[in-house]
Amino acid sequence: MRNMGRVLARCVIWPLSMYAGTVMAQEAALPEVVLNSGDTAWMLTATALVLLMTIPGLALFYAGMVRSKNVLSVMMQCFAITALITVLWTVYGYSLAFDTTGMVEGTTNLNSFIGGFSKVFFAGVGRDSLVLAIPESVYATFQLTFAIITPALIVGAFAERMRFGALLAFITGWFTLSYLPIAHMVWAGPGGFLWDLGVIDFAGGTVVHINAGIAGLVACLMLGKRKGFPTTAMPPHNLTYTLIGASLLWVGWFGFNAGSAVAANGSAGMAMLVTQIATAAAALAWMFAEWIVHRKPSVLGVASGAVAGLVAITPASGSCGPGGALVIGAVAGVVCFFAATKLKRKFGYDDSLDVFGVHAVGGIVGAILTGVFASAAFGGAGLVEGVSVASQLGKQTIGVVVTIAYSALVSFVVLKVISFVTPLRASDEEESQGLDLALHNERGYSL
Amino acid sequence: MKMITAVIKPHKLEDVREALSDEGVTGITVSEVKGYGRQKGHTELYRGAEYSVEFLPKIRIEIAVTDDKVDGVMDAIARAASSGKIGDGKIFVTNLEKVMRIRTRELDADAL
Repeated sequence: MRNMGRVLARCVIWPLSMYAGTVMAQEAALPEVVLNSGDTAWMLTATALVLLMTIPGLALFYAGMVRSKNVLSVMMQCFAITALITVLWTVYGYSLAFDTTGMVEGTTNLNSFIGGFSKVFFAGVGRDSLVLAIPESVYATFQLTFAIITPALIVGAFAERMRFGALLAFITGWFTLSYLPIAHMVWAGPGGFLWDLGVIDFAGGTVVHINAGIAGLVACLMLGKRKGFPTTAMPPHNLTYTLIGASLLWVGWFGFNAGSAVAANGSAGMAMLVTQIATAAAALAWMFAEWIVHRKPSVLGVASGAVAGLVAITPASGSCGPGGALVIGAVAGVVCFFAATKLKRKFGYDDSLDVFGVHAVGGIVGAILTGVFASAAFGGAGLVEGVSVASQLGKQTIGVVVTIAYSALVSFVVLKVISFVTPLRASDEEESQGLDLALHNERGYSL
Repeated sequence: MKMITAVIKPHKLEDVREALSDEGVTGITVSEVKGYGRQKGHTELYRGAEYSVEFLPKIRIEIAVTDDKVDGVMDAIARAASSGKIGDGKIFVTNLEKVMRIRTRELDADAL
């Protein structure tokens, strides 16, 4: 065995020395990072759960909401994005997001905003590399599943009208220029711009949801409304898919939030509990809001409410308590209900599947409320010593604003540049025929 | 010969089929159609977007009969398809020029 000496020291000498009251200076002063199989087993599972959220969770959720002639186009986009992001992650994504070279706590330099190239093609990531107590390979794959679902969320905003090639180009550009920097700023560690500011975002309220939601809004504005919107009827063609998709999202989200603890411990356990509570509260809140305002509760409503709750609890899941989760869920359910049903009609933009209404708005609600419910006074794990709720709210707001501004800017620029090379939008004829036949030469249903 | 076309409510199909069988009618063609007369449609609501659905699902029945059977068949259909409410449907009788049974090449009355 390679580290016989160390194992001997750890298992025999060190404990003995503790009993003897004398401390072996070397062993006591340098705690070694060791693989924890419990943590690893959980993270392997969490990774699979989060991937399930995109394929087929999100794919089904969205597919059911579009018209039958476009059912494949949405699924194609989700599946293709999964494959595309995986390759980009391998080549440079993981490195640019999580490489910590040059990062110094409290110092703002280029590496506060983006990582270096030392992990390109997973260089240095071997079978024995560790991140915390799990293999780096698992950590990287786990983070990859987040990198996959974030751009996949955006496709709902411009569903039923975007050219496939332009979509792939947009996702590549946006992933590189918006997702990677924001993930780095929030999650890479001390020295990261938003990390140092003390922004609390456990599982991606800013990195994933606000980021994608804002990109969705910009994209749907730049692509324009679907032909016939809002006067032509475009009801969901199969809400059974949507509900199945929402269910997969709900269950998979345990991997998303509890997995963000990167350990099989109490933090993960509480993250799972608060996720369940907030989601349920939000589903009920949306359902009752709809019952009151529109006189009947609906399946689409209860599913959307659940997703809104999942989104909102995401940033808070590492620090809020059960009571906080109830509030966050209920608020998100009601606010997102109004955002999705009223805002679009009021301002006239065609955010087809309410990516902005649910993910951006829900993410903002959750990110802000995290500042309140992370504090011990409100049942949370407790804020950093010396930081008041008001101060934390300020930090959360900065995180939200930075994400909104940056995501909007990148989305606009990337789409603009692509539009000079190729049209973003399908032609009128392609849109009428349906993207499945027009862009993919396929039929979703041959009944 | 006459072609009798009836547009009826979908859930009445089974009753009408039985009544026609009692009248001695052996062949029938059924299609799923949509339409409206005086019956109002319904509204559907998806995330605040309201859609008015004017068309209602109906069933269209087509039967070819000899002239002597027309009144009896119309009466049978009307009795079976009636619910008393708006939307029960209508029966149309049109002239039928020729009829042929494909398998045997029998014509007109022999084909019915």
